[in-house]
Amino acid sequence: MLAVRCRKIVKIYDSGGQRVTALGGIDLDIATGELMMLVGPSGCGKTTLISVIAGILDQDEGSCEVFGKDLAAMSNREKLKFRASHIGFVFQAFNLLPSLTVAENVSVPLLINGIRRAEAERKANSILEQVGLGDRTTFLPSQLSGGQQQRVAIARALIHDPGLIVCDEPTSALDHETGHTVMQLLKNTVLQSNRALVIVTHDSRIFSFADRTAEMDDGRIVKITDTSAAH
Amino acid sequence: MLTGDRGKYLGIIMGLTFASLIMTQQPAIFLGLMTRTYSFITDVSLPDIWVMDSKVQFVDDIKPLQDTELYRVRGVSGVEWATPMYKGLLRARLANGTFQSCFVVGLDDATLIGGPPIMLEGNIEDLRRSDGVVVDIDGARDKLAKPSRESGGKSVPIKVGDSLEVNDHRAVVVGIAKISRTFQAQPIIYTTYSRAKSYAPRERKLLSFILVKAKPGQDLSVLTRRIRESTGLAAYTRQEFMDLTYDYFMKNTGIPINFGISVLLGFMVGAAIAGQTFYNFTLDNLRQFGVLKAMGTSNRILLQMILLQAILVGSIGYGLGVGSTALFGYFMHDSILAFKFTWQLLIFSGVGIGLICVFAAVISILKVIRLEPAVVFKS
Ligand SMILES: Nc1ncnc2c1ncn2[C@@H]1O[C@H](COP(=O)(O)OP(=O)(O)OP(=O)(O)O)[C@@H](O)[C@H]1O
Ligand SMILES: [Mg+2]
Repeated sequence: MLAVRCRKIVKIYDSGGQRVTALGGIDLDIATGELMMLVGPSGCGKTTLISVIAGILDQDEGSCEVFGKDLAAMSNREKLKFRASHIGFVFQAFNLLPSLTVAENVSVPLLINGIRRAEAERKANSILEQVGLGDRTTFLPSQLSGGQQQRVAIARALIHDPGLIVCDEPTSALDHETGHTVMQLLKNTVLQSNRALVIVTHDSRIFSFADRTAEMDDGRIVKITDTSAAH
Repeated sequence: MLTGDRGKYLGIIMGLTFASLIMTQQPAIFLGLMTRTYSFITDVSLPDIWVMDSKVQFVDDIKPLQDTELYRVRGVSGVEWATPMYKGLLRARLANGTFQSCFVVGLDDATLIGGPPIMLEGNIEDLRRSDGVVVDIDGARDKLAKPSRESGGKSVPIKVGDSLEVNDHRAVVVGIAKISRTFQAQPIIYTTYSRAKSYAPRERKLLSFILVKAKPGQDLSVLTRRIRESTGLAAYTRQEFMDLTYDYFMKNTGIPINFGISVLLGFMVGAAIAGQTFYNFTLDNLRQFGVLKAMGTSNRILLQMILLQAILVGSIGYGLGVGSTALFGYFMHDSILAFKFTWQLLIFSGVGIGLICVFAAVISILKVIRLEPAVVFKS
């Protein structure tokens, strides 16, 4: 089944009269159960593309369907609901809320989906157990290492069981070994369930985790390599 | 979330505390001062109605009447009794030869109605003794006090048995009274009406006020109208006379404007500090708001979060400010400072702080609503 279906996506930024074509007609399919990696030189449009796929940025042309739903056709409200229930986010800079505890941070997506606090925190504790942070639930993010914070972020991206998880440079702020652990964690989540995972990265050390790799340049996909057979 | 940045949090709280302090303490002093404008009326509790010349604008604006007016007022139906009162500014000569102007109040010889509310020493009846006067305690301690013999030493309060000269007439202190502080700085000397007349410069008219008690069951507004119509004088109930005096000071002095400016400044400085810091806090946390938006949080929820924080800091700042004002009032209780802290002031400053918080929240909310969730992937 297809998780993401992009056709002829064009995105043009207009900054101070200067038009930048960030995406110049992207066609891309991502299947469920697949780890898709987006690579390419800086400024080639990787972040722009996953922003469109995640429904936080509107493309100017083309269509992007996620689980068969056309994001452009949705109202703002529908898009919010769609993101809240179907999409998980992992960021380079972790982006945890600094004044909330680890468990509270992880339960945020459930709270957004209207689940009661006690229930949400119970689930948060159990998923933190799975990512190996069961003994850190009451810590503040600032009391954790980078790798631990990224694991908290992954727990947060998974807790509401979204079908698509988008990650922008999830390992760039981490050392090699920690990055490896984090990737292993992400990879497992895809393999375990039928999720789709899109990871934007510069980090060549993690390329081998990909099922398929799309290379981008100047707003276009120039090459897609299937590496799934290697696993 | 605000507590994540202790410095900013304290900054906002301090701004709001300052604003609510200024917005309660300044008006409290103002109200305190304003009650002093009519405290002479408050102290005279027995009569229902004050009768005076129709041109009188406030309590210290004396326009004397002829003594015969007293009999005309007594003749108005519904009047139980009416007594004369003299009030005038006269010169008193102290033991050391210096002069001090004093308010001399002359009370009806027979009844002594209109006297001070509390006698600290002596008895009001002692006014019947020859040359007897009663002085107020603040005057006795301060302006009428005898200077110390050594230079720089403490002056000695005037006391019962001491004598002074009022407009070249001998007066003997027979009592010390406690009265409500008035707006005027001059000491107050009580004596009988006839003695006050003998102190005052010879004039055809010396009667300042006629104090009237209504017959039981008599409607006061009907009676004041009847007195006005049959004598051509002004007649006010106690409350009306207080209001007249209060309004005069409100309209004809710079006091309300001065305090108004203080309050406005407090409001604006508080709004600037709190609003600015609150907004900065929002800017600092814009990425967190973006993350919440990306994860599907609606603007309505973000708005509630911001409002909740504004209400939280608002309540704390308000509580601290109002509490400081109350403490201030408590410690200033026995000083010369006027201070009147009413529940209306609590509402007044509450509304002020509420406005500041709404202002702070609104500028933040506008920023957050316009925020594109795509910022979350920007590093
Ligand atoms: N908000 C924006 N306004 C104007 N131009 C933008 C904006 N965001 C991105 N761009 C431009 O669009 C192009 C693609 O940007 P994008 O962030 O998608 O690249 P990227 O592949 O993620 O780069 P990097 O590897 O450095 O993160 C760049 O030329 C960038 O300057
Ligand atoms: Mg990028």
